[in-house]
Amino acid sequence: MSAVTLEKKSKKGSALAFLGVLAVLVLVIVLENTLNPNKNIIVFTALKKGAVYALVAASMNLLNGFTGLFSLGQAGFMLLGGYTFGILTIPVAQRDSVYYIFDGSAINFSITEAMQNLFGGSGVGGAVGFVLGAIIALICAGLVAAFFAWLIGLPVLKLKSDYLAIATLGFAEIIRAIFQWEALGRVTNGANALKNFPTLASFNITNAEGEIVLRLSTFVAFAISGICIWLIVLLINSSYGRAFKAIREDEVAAEAMGINLAKHKRMSFIISSFFAGIGGALLAMFMNQVQAKTFTSTMTYEILLIVVLGGIGSISGSTIAAFLYMACSEWWLRFLDVPTSFKTAGGYWAFVIVLALAAVGITALLVLRRRKAGARKFSEMWSACVLGVVILGYDIYYYASATAKVPFLNSGFRMVVFSVIIMVVVLFFRKGLFGDKELSDVFRRLGRTKKAAPAEAEGGAAK
Amino acid sequence: MQFAVSILLSGISVGGQYALIAIGYTMVYGILRLINFAHGDVFMTAGLILVYAAASMPLYISVPLMIMAIAALGFCIERVAYKPLRSAPRMSVMISAIGVSFLIQNFATYYTGGLPQSYPRLPFLSESVIIYGTSTKWVTIVTPFLVLALVVLLQILINKTKIGLAMRAAAKDFETCQLMGIKINSVISFTFVIGSTLAAIGSLLYFTNYTQIVPLSGSMPGLKAFVAAVFGGIGSIPGAVIGAFIIGICENIIKGTSFTVFSDAFTFALLIIILVLKPTGLFGEKVTDKV
Repeated sequence: MSAVTLEKKSKKGSALAFLGVLAVLVLVIVLENTLNPNKNIIVFTALKKGAVYALVAASMNLLNGFTGLFSLGQAGFMLLGGYTFGILTIPVAQRDSVYYIFDGSAINFSITEAMQNLFGGSGVGGAVGFVLGAIIALICAGLVAAFFAWLIGLPVLKLKSDYLAIATLGFAEIIRAIFQWEALGRVTNGANALKNFPTLASFNITNAEGEIVLRLSTFVAFAISGICIWLIVLLINSSYGRAFKAIREDEVAAEAMGINLAKHKRMSFIISSFFAGIGGALLAMFMNQVQAKTFTSTMTYEILLIVVLGGIGSISGSTIAAFLYMACSEWWLRFLDVPTSFKTAGGYWAFVIVLALAAVGITALLVLRRRKAGARKFSEMWSACVLGVVILGYDIYYYASATAKVPFLNSGFRMVVFSVIIMVVVLFFRKGLFGDKELSDVFRRLGRTKKAAPAEAEGGAAK
Repeated sequence: MQFAVSILLSGISVGGQYALIAIGYTMVYGILRLINFAHGDVFMTAGLILVYAAASMPLYISVPLMIMAIAALGFCIERVAYKPLRSAPRMSVMISAIGVSFLIQNFATYYTGGLPQSYPRLPFLSESVIIYGTSTKWVTIVTPFLVLALVVLLQILINKTKIGLAMRAAAKDFETCQLMGIKINSVISFTFVIGSTLAAIGSLLYFTNYTQIVPLSGSMPGLKAFVAAVFGGIGSIPGAVIGAFIIGICENIIKGTSFTVFSDAFTFALLIIILVLKPTGLFGEKVTDKV
C-alpha cells in the first residue's frame, strides 16, 4: 500500500464528484419511473442490492482497508441494525400478527407511526413524519450496532490480524444465536422473521386511490447509502482518517507520532459498525423481512470479497465492485443457471473453438508468467500446462460426445463461475479494480498524463 | 445417569472428530501462520466424494480412493491458492483461503444440486451398540481410540522422522530453515496432505453420525475445530486434540440443556475468553508478539 498522501484535495474535484452523484440519483429516479418495474425487476433488484452492499462494503473497507484491522463481524452488526430497525418500526396494529407465536410484542410503539401522528396522520405531514421516523429508526439501528461494537471491542481489539478476524467472526455467530433465542422471542421473534415494517417500497409516493405516482424505492436506497458513504469519505479525509491510515501502515510508528492506538482503533471499529448497522437496516428494508439465519458468515465473506475486488483501501472501488458484483450475480450471469441447448451448428462450433482457444491461451499465459519468474527447465514449467490440458481434453471429449446441450449450465453454475473469477482476482490481480486509489485519483492521472508526463516525474522526485 | 452417559459419549465422539480436523488447522497454522478457512470445506468434500464413490464402487475401494483424492485436493489447494502468495501480506493469503472455501462450497452446491446427500452406511461403524443402557453407534466407541492411535502415529512422524524434523524447523523459523537447505515447498505440501488425510478420516467418523451432507456442513465443524486448535494452543498437536475433546463435550452438554441455540455460540465465547485471558492457549508456544 502506498504512503499516506497529504495532498490537498482540489475543490474542483469534489464539486465534480458531487455533481456526478447528483446525476446518478436523478438518473435512478428517471429510470425507475420510465422502465416497467415488473419486466425489469432484476435490474432494480441488482441496483438496490448494489446500493446496500456498497454501503456495507465501504464500512468494511474503513476498518479492513484504512485502519488495517481485519474484522469479519460485519454480518453480526448488520443483523443488529436490521433487527433494531424492524423492532422499532413495525406498526402497532401489525405486531400481534408478526409476533403471533409469542403472543404479541414486548415493545408496543413504532417510531414511524409516532412521527406520522406527530405530523398530522396522513397526507404531506404524514409523509414527512414517516420519512423522519424512518431516518430516526435508521440512526437507532446504527447506534445499536455501534454500541455492541464498543462492547465487543473492549476485549477483542487487543488482538491482532487473524485472531481478531476469528474473534469477530465468533461474535457475529454469538449475536446470531442470541437473536434466535426463544427467551427473547417477545422482542426478536425468536428464529422467525420480522416483517411488515416499512420497506423501500413504502417510500413510493401514492395518490389517494393507492396508485403509485412516483416510484422512489431505488432512489431511497441510493440516497441513504450515498449519504453514508459520503460521511465515510469525509471521515477518511479528516485528521482521524489520516490517523487510521498511519495505524494501517505502521502501528509502532503511528504510536510514536502520538496517535492513541486503542482510541483510534476503537473509533474505527465503532464507526464501521455504525454504518454496517445502517446497511443492515437497509438490507432489511430491501428484503421486506429480517431473519437471523440470513446473516451468516457467508454474508461477511461476500462483503469481504467485494472489498477485495474493488481494492482494499479504496472507497470508490468498493462502491463500484458492489454494483458489479450484484449486477453479475443477480443479472448478467443469470443465464448460467438455466440449462439450454445450442440452436445452430454455428454456436456449437463457436463454443468448441472458443474453449480450445481458452485452453491454449491459459497455458500460454501461465507459462509466460513462469518464464518471467525465471523458470527455464521443463521440470519447472510442466505444472503450468495442467489446467490447459484438462480444458483441452474436456473440449475434445465434448466434441466427441456430439450433444447439442450446452455443457455445465445448470442451477448453481453461476456461483461457481463467480467464485472462479474471484479466485483469479485474488491470485493474479491482487490490487483489485482500484488498488488503493480513488476514482478522483484515476481521473486526475488521466488528465495529467496528457499534459505533462515529465512534470509528474519531477514532482514525484521532489516529494 | 443414562442421560449423562449418552451426552458424554456423543461429546467424546464429536470431540474426536473435531480433533482430526483441528490437527490440520494447527499444523498449517504452525508453519504458514494461516487460518486455512478451506479446511472445513475439504472435510465436507471428503464426505461428498464418498457418497458418490460408494454409489458405484464397493466400500473397500471407495474409502481409500476418497482418502487419496482428498490428500490430492489438499495438495492442489496449497499449490494453486497459497503458494503464489507466499510473499504476500498475511491478509491476502487469508482472503485467498476464504475464496477457496467459497469456491468449494459453490461447486458442491452446483454438483449436488443443493440437495442434502445421505451418507452411505459403513459396516461395523454404523451398527448400534448398547452401553449402560444407552444405544449408540460403534463409531462413538471407536472414535477416541482411533484418534489416539493417529495422534501417536503423528507424534512419531513429527518427532522421529526426517520430514518431521523439517516440519518442526519450518514451524520454528520459516526463513532460516530455507537457508538450511530444507525444501520448504515440499514440507508445506506434505503438511497439507497430512492435514487433509486426517480430515478425510474425520469425515468418515463424523458423517456416520450425522448422515446428511449439505455444502455448508463443513463450515461449522471447521470453525469449531479451529477454535479447538486455538484453545489448545495453536501449533501444538496434543493441545488441539485436548481442546477438541473439551469443546465436543461442552457442546453436547449444552445441547442437553434448554440452551441448545447457544451450542455454537458457546464455542466462540470460549474462543474469545481464551484469546483474552491466555492468548497462547493451553499448551501454546510462548511467543508474545503473535496475538
